[in-house]
Amino acid sequence: MRTLAGSARAHWKQAIRTMSAPNKNYDPVEVKALSPDEIERALASALAAIAVAGSLDELKAARLAHAGDRAPLTLARAEIGALPPEARAEAGKRVGAAQGQVKAAIGRRQGDLEKERDERVLIAEAVDVTLPAARAVQGARHPVSLTAELLSDVFVAMGYEVAEGPEVEAEWYNFDALNFPPDHPAREMQDTLFIARQDGLPGSSGIVARTHTSPVQIRSLLTRPLPLYVVSPGRVYRNEASDATHLAAFYQIEGLAVDEGLTMADLRGAIQAFVDVLFGAGLRTRLRPDYFPFTEPSADVSMECHVCRGASVKPGADPCRTCRSMGWIELAGCGMVNPRVLVACGIDPDRYSGFAFGLGVERALMLAHGIGDIKDTTDGDVRFSRAFGMEL
Amino acid sequence: MRVPLSWLREYAPIPEPADHADIARRLTAAGLEVESHESVGDIDGLVIAQVQAIEELAEFKKPIRYCRVAASEADLAADPQSLRGVICGATNFAVGDRVVLVLPGSVLPGGFEIAARKTYGRVSEGMICAPDELGVGEDHAGIIVLAPDAPLGADFTAYAGLRDEVFEIAVTPDRGYAVSIRGVARELATAYGVAFSDPADPEPADLALLGSLTEEGPDVHPASIGDPGACDRFVLREVRGFSPSARTPAWMWVRLARCGVRSVSLAVDVTNYLMLELGQPLHAFDRGKLTGPIVVRRAAAGETLETLDHVARALHPDDILITDSSGPISMAGTMGGLATEIDDASADLVIEGAHFSDVGIAKMARRHRLHSEASYRFERGVDRELPLIATARAVSLLASLGGGAVVPGCTHAQVPAEPVTISMAAGYPDAVAGVAYGRDTVIRRLAEIGCAVTQEVAAAPTIAPWRDPAWRTDSTRAAGAVPAKPEVQADTVAVLHVTPPSWRPDLTDPADLAEEVIRLEGYEELPVRMPRAPAGRGLTAAQTLLRSASRTLAESGIVEVHTDPFAPVRDADSLGLAADDERRPAVRIANPLSEDEPFLRTTLLPGLLRALARNVGRGFPDVALYESGLVFRPRPGAPGAAPILATDRGPTAQELASLAAALPDQPQHIGAVFAGDRELPGWWGPGRAATWADAIEAARAVARAAHLALQVRAAARMPWHPGRCAELYLLVPGVSGEAEVRVGYAGELHPRVIAAYGLPARACATELSFTALAAAEAAGKVAGPKLSSYPAATQDVALVVGSAVPAASVEAALVSGAGDLLEEVRLFDVYTGAQLGEDRKSLAYTLRFRAPDRTLTAAEASAARDAAVAEAGRRVGAVLRG
Ligand SMILES: [Zn+2]
Repeated sequence: MRTLAGSARAHWKQAIRTMSAPNKNYDPVEVKALSPDEIERALASALAAIAVAGSLDELKAARLAHAGDRAPLTLARAEIGALPPEARAEAGKRVGAAQGQVKAAIGRRQGDLEKERDERVLIAEAVDVTLPAARAVQGARHPVSLTAELLSDVFVAMGYEVAEGPEVEAEWYNFDALNFPPDHPAREMQDTLFIARQDGLPGSSGIVARTHTSPVQIRSLLTRPLPLYVVSPGRVYRNEASDATHLAAFYQIEGLAVDEGLTMADLRGAIQAFVDVLFGAGLRTRLRPDYFPFTEPSADVSMECHVCRGASVKPGADPCRTCRSMGWIELAGCGMVNPRVLVACGIDPDRYSGFAFGLGVERALMLAHGIGDIKDTTDGDVRFSRAFGMEL
Repeated sequence: MRVPLSWLREYAPIPEPADHADIARRLTAAGLEVESHESVGDIDGLVIAQVQAIEELAEFKKPIRYCRVAASEADLAADPQSLRGVICGATNFAVGDRVVLVLPGSVLPGGFEIAARKTYGRVSEGMICAPDELGVGEDHAGIIVLAPDAPLGADFTAYAGLRDEVFEIAVTPDRGYAVSIRGVARELATAYGVAFSDPADPEPADLALLGSLTEEGPDVHPASIGDPGACDRFVLREVRGFSPSARTPAWMWVRLARCGVRSVSLAVDVTNYLMLELGQPLHAFDRGKLTGPIVVRRAAAGETLETLDHVARALHPDDILITDSSGPISMAGTMGGLATEIDDASADLVIEGAHFSDVGIAKMARRHRLHSEASYRFERGVDRELPLIATARAVSLLASLGGGAVVPGCTHAQVPAEPVTISMAAGYPDAVAGVAYGRDTVIRRLAEIGCAVTQEVAAAPTIAPWRDPAWRTDSTRAAGAVPAKPEVQADTVAVLHVTPPSWRPDLTDPADLAEEVIRLEGYEELPVRMPRAPAGRGLTAAQTLLRSASRTLAESGIVEVHTDPFAPVRDADSLGLAADDERRPAVRIANPLSEDEPFLRTTLLPGLLRALARNVGRGFPDVALYESGLVFRPRPGAPGAAPILATDRGPTAQELASLAAALPDQPQHIGAVFAGDRELPGWWGPGRAATWADAIEAARAVARAAHLALQVRAAARMPWHPGRCAELYLLVPGVSGEAEVRVGYAGELHPRVIAAYGLPARACATELSFTALAAAEAAGKVAGPKLSSYPAATQDVALVVGSAVPAASVEAALVSGAGDLLEEVRLFDVYTGAQLGEDRKSLAYTLRFRAPDRTLTAAEASAARDAAVAEAGRRVGAVLRG
C-alpha cells in the first residue's frame, strides 16, 4: 500500500481508478468490506496502529494508512453506493462512526505526541540564544556633531535658523566688523592663526582661521532679512597648544537675535531655554559682567551645577568634581549686540537691538557627559564615538 | 592682577570684619572677576630685633654666623653675650642692623615650626628671616634688613602689614582703569556703598611741596612733544640729592611683593608702587646721564636702542621714543634704555609720567614682543590726568623716603584734548536691560563711576552718533531687506549729556553707559523673558541632507571621527599627488602651531588615514571611519590680501565681493576609510573583508540619501590603486543637456600610500564633495511613486561581454533597451571561466517587468527582455550566454 510516497494528487487519482463502478450490477462480494465485522476489524487495526505510533511521523503514517484515501474504511465508504439503497444508510452510519472514532483517536494521539515533542524534541533542538550575532561592524556618530545638532535643534524648535560660514575668514568679518579695533588688546584675547598671503608677498593677508563663529553673525546680518534669529555651529581655530581643556581646532555654537525691542531679559530667557534642554529643567542661570567687543553689555553665563546642584559648596559636603565645589559652572558668553556691529552691517541701531550668546560645543558635551580630556574628541579612536552610538 | 585688601581699604573703607568671599562676590558681580583669593601673613612671634654681635663660624662648608640679638630697648644696654643667640646662614647684614627675628614656638608659612635647637654647635633660639620665609615674594638672597628707625621689639607682622587678603582679579581689556588699586577700590566702594577717597587727589603736603600740579618749574629738565599723535601729555619732575642707598620701607616692599612685583631699589620701588596704586606707569632717569632737552617722537630710520634687558633693538619708524640730544633713551611706555638707567649712585632723578597713544604702544610692544607692566596699562588706556599727579606723588615720596630735595614745579608738554560728551536718552539703559530703572537711578550710577551728567528735554539722540552719514549704503541691506525707519519726529524725551571721567576712555558710546548702569544695578536683577522668535523655516535642504548622509554612513557601520585640520608638508607626497594636482596647493598658516604642520588640509583623507592607523595600532583591526568637514583650496589668481573695510557704515556689494574673492574655496567634503573586515567572522562562518566595492557603496549610500544616482567609472587617481579606483559623478540636467558633475573618488588605496601611512594591506577610501552633491540635490523634489498591483514578470539573462566592459555600461544598455515596462534590473552573478574564452565575462541579471495597468503576458515580458539584450548587444557587444 502506498503511504508516504507520491503527492496527494496521485493518491486521489489512484482512488478514482480503483473505485467500484456504480451499482448497476450488485455484487455481494464487492461489498464485503462494508460488513460489520470488516469495519470492526478495520477500526481495531486503525486504533491499534494509532496507539502504537511513537512519533508524529509514525502517527502521520498511521493516519495515511487508516484514514487516508487508501485506508480500508475510506475504501469501504466508497463502496456504499454499491449497496442496495435500503442498506446504504446503515452501512454509511457504521462506516462513519468508525471513521469518527479513528479521527478522534488520531486527534488524541496527535495531542499527546505534540505535547511529548514539545517536552522532548524542541528541548533537544534548543540553541544558545546568548551566542553573539553581531556580524556587522558597529558604526557611530561623533558626539561633538551630535551635541552641535542637539543644540541647534533646541533653537530651531524656537524658530531660529541655522547659519553657516567659512572657517578661513576675512579679518574684517572675524574682527573689525565685530568691533575688535585694530591693535586693541581685545584682539589678543583670542590667539589667532593668521593665513599667509597666497602670493607669497610679505605683510598681512587680511585673512585668518576664524577664532569664533561670530563672523557668521556678520554674514547673517548682511544677507538675511530682519527680524533675524539664527544659530551658528561650527569649527573655530586658536593658536593654542592642546591640553585637557583646549584644542587648536574646536567647535562653537552661537545664537544671534536681532529684532525690535529685544532686551537683556530676552537674552536671559534664551539662555535659560537651552540650559533647560541640555541639562534638564530647574537649574538656575547666572549672568556676570564680562567683556566681548561685539556685545555691550557683555556677560558670562554660569549655570547651577547639574551634578551637585550647589550642594558641594556647603561646609563638610562631599566635593564635586564637575564644578570643583563652586556650585556654578561657567557655560557661555553673551551680551546685547553692540550697536557698532549693527552699523557695520548697515542696520539701524536706533530701531533694532539684539542679543548674542556662544558656547563651546566640546565643553557642553564634556559637562553633560563627564568627559575629562577634550583631546579624546579629535583622536579618532572608535571607542569614543561608539560609546555614544547614534544619539547622545 | 593681584590686589591686597589692606591697600584697597585705604581708599574704600568697607566695614570690618571683611568677609573675603563677600568681597569676591561683589567685585565679580561688578565686572572685576575674582579668580582666587589668599589669606596671607598670619604669623605670630615676629619681632623687630637688632644685631648686637656676630661670631663667624668658619669650620663649616658655607659661612655661618652666630648672632646675638637685642629684642628690646633694654637689651641694647646689656652685654651682647648675654643676649639671645641665633644661627644665621646669610651675610648681608652687620652689627647694628635691625632685622626680623622669629621666636621659638612660631610657625612660618608652609607649616615650618620654629624651635630652640642646637645647630652648628650652638643653641639657636629663633631665626633671622629672609622675605620668602615670611611668604613675602620669592627673594632669598639674604635676610631682611630694616630701616634704622624700625621700632625695636615691635611686632613685625603689624609693623609691615603682613596680615592681608590678596585677591587675584581678571581685568577685561576694556577696563584699563581697573588695572590699579585706585580703580578696584572705586568699584569696591561702590559695591559696598561707602565713600571712596581717590588716591589721585593730591595730598596737601604734595601741593605744599610743588605748588599747583601744573605749575611749571624752569629748573626741571626741559622736554617737548615732537609727534602729537604719539603722546598728548609729557611731564617731568625732579628730585636732587636723593640717597641711592636708602632702603625701601617694609610696608612698601611687602605690598609690592603681594602684587607680585620684586623690590629693586627705593627709586624703582616708588615708581612701581605708584603704578600699581594709580595705574600710571612712571620712569626714572638718572639726570646726570641725560644730554640736552628731551623730545618725544617717532623713530628715525636706522635708529637703535639698548634697553634695560641688555637687548640692542633695531627701531621701527612707528616706534614711539623718548630721546635727548644723544638719540633714543627709552621706548615710550614699554621699556627704558640702558644708558640713562638709574644705578646705585644716582642721586639726581628725573621722573617721567606721560600719556602715550594706546594703539602706538600696543603696536610697538607687539612689534618688539616686549610686553611690560607699563605697555599693558598704556594699551588699555591710562587716565590722561595722571601724569601730573603721579609724578608729583613720586617726587614727594622719593624725597621723604630717600632724602633729597624736590625741584619746584614741573616740565609739562601737552596736546590739548577736549573731554568727550555722550548724549543719551535717559531711558536707554532701561530699554537695553528690559528693566525700569528710572532716570534718577541712571544719573546716580553714572555719577558713581565719575561721570558729569547734565540733562535736558529734547528729541531722543541716536545711539550711534559716530556712524558715517552714508552708513546705509548700497549693501544688501539697502536693497530693501530692511524698510527705512519712518521719518516721524520722535517725541521729546529726557536726554542726558554725560561726560565720562578722565580715567574712563573706554566710555564712548551710549551702549557703554548703559552697561555701566546695568552692571552696577546688578545682572542678578535682570528679569527672564522667554524669547519670541517668529516661526523659522527649519533646517535647509543641505543641512538636513548632511545629517541624513552622516546617519546613513554611521548606520552602515562606519564611525564618525573629527580629525585635526592641520596638514603636514609631507601629506601631498605621502598621497603620491602629482606636481600639478589640485590638492597640492594649500592654504598656509603664517604662524602655525607646529612648523611641521603649516597647512590647512586640502583633502580629508590624510587625517582619516592617520586615525585609521591609530585605531589599528590600538587593537581595532576592523575599522571604518568617516568625517565630514571643510577642506581648503587656494583659488588660483585670487588677490593676495582681503581688504579691511570700514565699520562706521555697511559695506557695499563690491566691497563684500572683494572679501569673498580673497578667500580660498572651502567645500565641505565627506571622507571614509576602511580596513579589515566589513562583516566580522564568528561562529556563523567567515567574515568579509572590506573592499573597493564597500568604499564605492558608501559613496552611493550618501548619494542615495540625496536621492541622487551616482555614476561610476574607472579612473586612475592617487591615492587610489590605479585599477581599483572609481570616479564618482552625477548627471545633472542643465541648459545644454545633461552635464557631468564630478563629486569624488572611491576605491582601494595604492600600495605605496598604504605603506606611507602604515595601513593594513588593501585598505580602502572614499572622498566626496558634499557641497557638489548638495548643489545637485537642490535641483528637484522626489516625485511620489505610482504603485502597480499587477503581477511582475521576471526574466533572467546571462550576457557575455568583453572583460573590460564596465558592468555599468551593460546595465545602462539593458535599462535603455528594456523600455518602460522594466521595473528593476539587478546583477546577481559575475562569472569568468575558460569556457567563456579569454577576456570574456558573463554578467547575469534579473529583469523585473511590470505594467501599470495590466498583467503582462509572457510574450510581452520576453519581448522587452529581447529588446534589452539587443540594446546591450548593440552598445557593448553583449551576447546571450548559450
Ligand atoms: Zn557640582
